[in-house]
Amino acid sequence: MKKGTLELKIGLAEMLKGGVIMDVTNQEQAKIAEDSGAVAVMALERIPADIRVEGGVSRMSAPELIQSIQNTVSIPVMAKCRIGHFAEAQILESLEVDFIDESEVLTPADEENHINKLDFKVPFVCGATNLGEALRRIGEGAALIRTKGEPGTGNVVEAVRHMRTITDQMSWVKSLRNEQLMSAGKELGAPVSLLKIVKETGKLPVPNFSAGGIATPADASLMMQLGAETIFVGSGIFKAEDPIRMAKAIVDSVTFFKDGKKLVQASTGLSEAMKGMEISSIPDDQRLAERGW
Amino acid sequence: MQIGVLAIQGGFSKHENSLRKLNVNPIEVKYEYQLNNCDGLIIPGGESTTISKLLNKYYLINPIKEFAKTKPIFGTCAGLILMSRNSNDSRVENLNIIDVEINRNGWGRQISSFSQMIKIGQNLNYEIEAIFIRAPKIFNIGEKVEVLAEINGEPVFVKQGIHFGATFHPELTEDITIHKLFIESIAV
Repeated sequence: MKKGTLELKIGLAEMLKGGVIMDVTNQEQAKIAEDSGAVAVMALERIPADIRVEGGVSRMSAPELIQSIQNTVSIPVMAKCRIGHFAEAQILESLEVDFIDESEVLTPADEENHINKLDFKVPFVCGATNLGEALRRIGEGAALIRTKGEPGTGNVVEAVRHMRTITDQMSWVKSLRNEQLMSAGKELGAPVSLLKIVKETGKLPVPNFSAGGIATPADASLMMQLGAETIFVGSGIFKAEDPIRMAKAIVDSVTFFKDGKKLVQASTGLSEAMKGMEISSIPDDQRLAERGW
Repeated sequence: MQIGVLAIQGGFSKHENSLRKLNVNPIEVKYEYQLNNCDGLIIPGGESTTISKLLNKYYLINPIKEFAKTKPIFGTCAGLILMSRNSNDSRVENLNIIDVEINRNGWGRQISSFSQMIKIGQNLNYEIEAIFIRAPKIFNIGEKVEVLAEINGEPVFVKQGIHFGATFHPELTEDITIHKLFIESIAV
């Protein structure tokens, strides 16, 4: 019997495809997420929009919060640790969370190194803004990649930029000849062994999800059509005026992401989405996507 | 032959890959009318609560039950949970196609997910790698249900009439033995 292998880690990511993963901060929200059809919840103390406003150092959630959410829902429970903070990750693994998000939403603990995720039996998801970053994280053992986007803004523009960058760079790698791969690896800062897989398959070696600024059913459909295989929604649901309707509408829009009529239904009668903010209004040092490398 | 793969949520694209390796054309099924074109249906793994809610909302429960009266269905993991008589959880509506009860996440959380070589069938003598992801456990098996594989006495692959159910994920390995078994049962 084998446990904790990459195959098993990626296996769970495969099962989360075509779904919505929702940020929740308490049992009540976790229940709403599950009842609305979420495939998993991300247990955290503050959603990104509030982290932005309140500032301070953002850390791993308290164990009792994570456990209370584990006791509430039957779907997988994810939790975030700080970039490079492997001790937080060890605690999350001991809590038996189903996925660890080494996340730029929290304050980084190491500005040079991410966690060596191969040391863990629990799978990791990491954010990426381009192909090189995605492949570096996979090289460290990530079993799932998501766009970083710009979390807590309700503005999808950065998620779109990151997804387009990753897919464009993959198309480029696919067009290269073998003798060009080493040079491409140098340019992207990516392991050549993983670039070879991208060249052969035209895809990342792990599933590719999207996060960061998705706030409406149309945003979710957009990201799915751009190549995302599942959607993370952070602030978009519980900062909306009617979270239950918004949660259900985004779930529907992911399953039927190419069906115009279903998208009209999902987008109708939703009340207000979260207010959202212009990316240019955020000072450079407060842009979360810049965290990690 | 055309095999539908229920594409509401979950690991449907991997099942499509396995079918293509057998030169079978998969149809991603999201709407009732698509079932008319299918000779069989695969219900993939994923989150059974999510798939169940969407089947309900989009009126697919009865069409799938009707389909099962004449055509075979193969459910893996969440798919088997849905096909079971009862999964003892109000969050999931069961289709009652295979006469077994299910304990969802019976093996535990992701940290307990595992892979293991298993033998298929009494006379078949196939050995394959089975991948269990937050897998369910089968119990209270009905008289008409045949156990095709087990681990330490725990049934993991069952058959009732024309229908199959597995608690593991044959679509996650390169091996196509299980899909072949399903396809050949339809061809005969």
